Amino acid sequence: MARRENPEINAGSMADIAFLLLIFFLVTTTMNVDSGVSKKLSEKPPADYVPPIIKEKNIFEVNINRNNELLVEGDRMEIKDLKDAAIAFIDNGGGEGKVENGVKTGPCNYCKGEKSVSSSDHPNKAIISVQSDRGTEYGTYLTVQNELLRAYSELRNRLSLQKYNKPFAELEEAYKDDKENEALKKKVEDIKTSYPQIISDAEPTN
Amino acid sequence: MSKFRKKKKGMPAVNTAALPDIVFMLLFFFMVTTTMRETDLKIDAPRLPSASEVKKLEHKSLVSTIYVGKAKDAKYGTSYNRIQLNDKIGTAEDVPAFIINARSKVSEAEVPFMTTSIKADKESSVGTITDIRLKLRDVNALKISYSASKGSGVN
Repeated sequence: MARRENPEINAGSMADIAFLLLIFFLVTTTMNVDSGVSKKLSEKPPADYVPPIIKEKNIFEVNINRNNELLVEGDRMEIKDLKDAAIAFIDNGGGEGKVENGVKTGPCNYCKGEKSVSSSDHPNKAIISVQSDRGTEYGTYLTVQNELLRAYSELRNRLSLQKYNKPFAELEEAYKDDKENEALKKKVEDIKTSYPQIISDAEPTN
Repeated sequence: MSKFRKKKKGMPAVNTAALPDIVFMLLFFFMVTTTMRETDLKIDAPRLPSASEVKKLEHKSLVSTIYVGKAKDAKYGTSYNRIQLNDKIGTAEDVPAFIINARSKVSEAEVPFMTTSIKADKESSVGTITDIRLKLRDVNALKISYSASKGSGVN
């Protein structure tokens, strides 16, 4: 009699417990993937800072008014045309590049633009200036920023495919996985300096 | 008579022994993917704009989030320009304190990698964002990310 087998533990309510936990996690979970358009702000200029003089032709001016309309280089434009206009401007390559640490970068030999004298000299001199009104909708502002970034990534992609037979995104991804790889780092840096993203945010108008 | 009875008795119960397994599987899935909501939203969840050039935010612990949108509480009005820092509605003036507070929670070596994520509603105005941006620049929090959902960008 004493050697009778142990009675089985009743596991019937285990499902209930598990359900309870499941529902708790279902409720508290937020499936958000935090993603966004990243941007680096410029540092605060010192009080006596004199902005350098930049040739008019090296500035691509984008204005957004309070009705979310776009004025690009003095002409009205639809947002969908902005990317191509920006590409044409950045990739123009009409002159000499800037002098960096005493080394001249010379004319842009990878640009495929028109080489017009009235547009930008070199991608590393081309500045895109975005000015918006305080009342502009944030959605429009971000769309414009996004279009400009798309212009840059398209150019970077093109150069990357041409030089390394790989889209730039893939190159960057590979570098991220393998931070030690010097050759890869050099490639990424090369593309980045070939088409540096120079987008400046002007003080908004009232 | 007896034939009918037999049929009724023969109905087998559905075996639910595997039910806990299934539920546990789901449970683990949600446990792994879950991120606890850290702050209560005092504003309506911002309708994020969509953009194609989005990057994923890495190192969640180094991200501080600023929400901009319409306050749930009617006393703040109906404009889409209320700023929420931590759990309360603030103004752009409170941003530096918020950033410094966030910085004190991470080690000094990690401070340069800290990112400020701005989650603003589509209809917020650029002026509000600019105010925040200027304040962020004052405290040298230069890495920002405009939160956006992945999409085509152009509507």
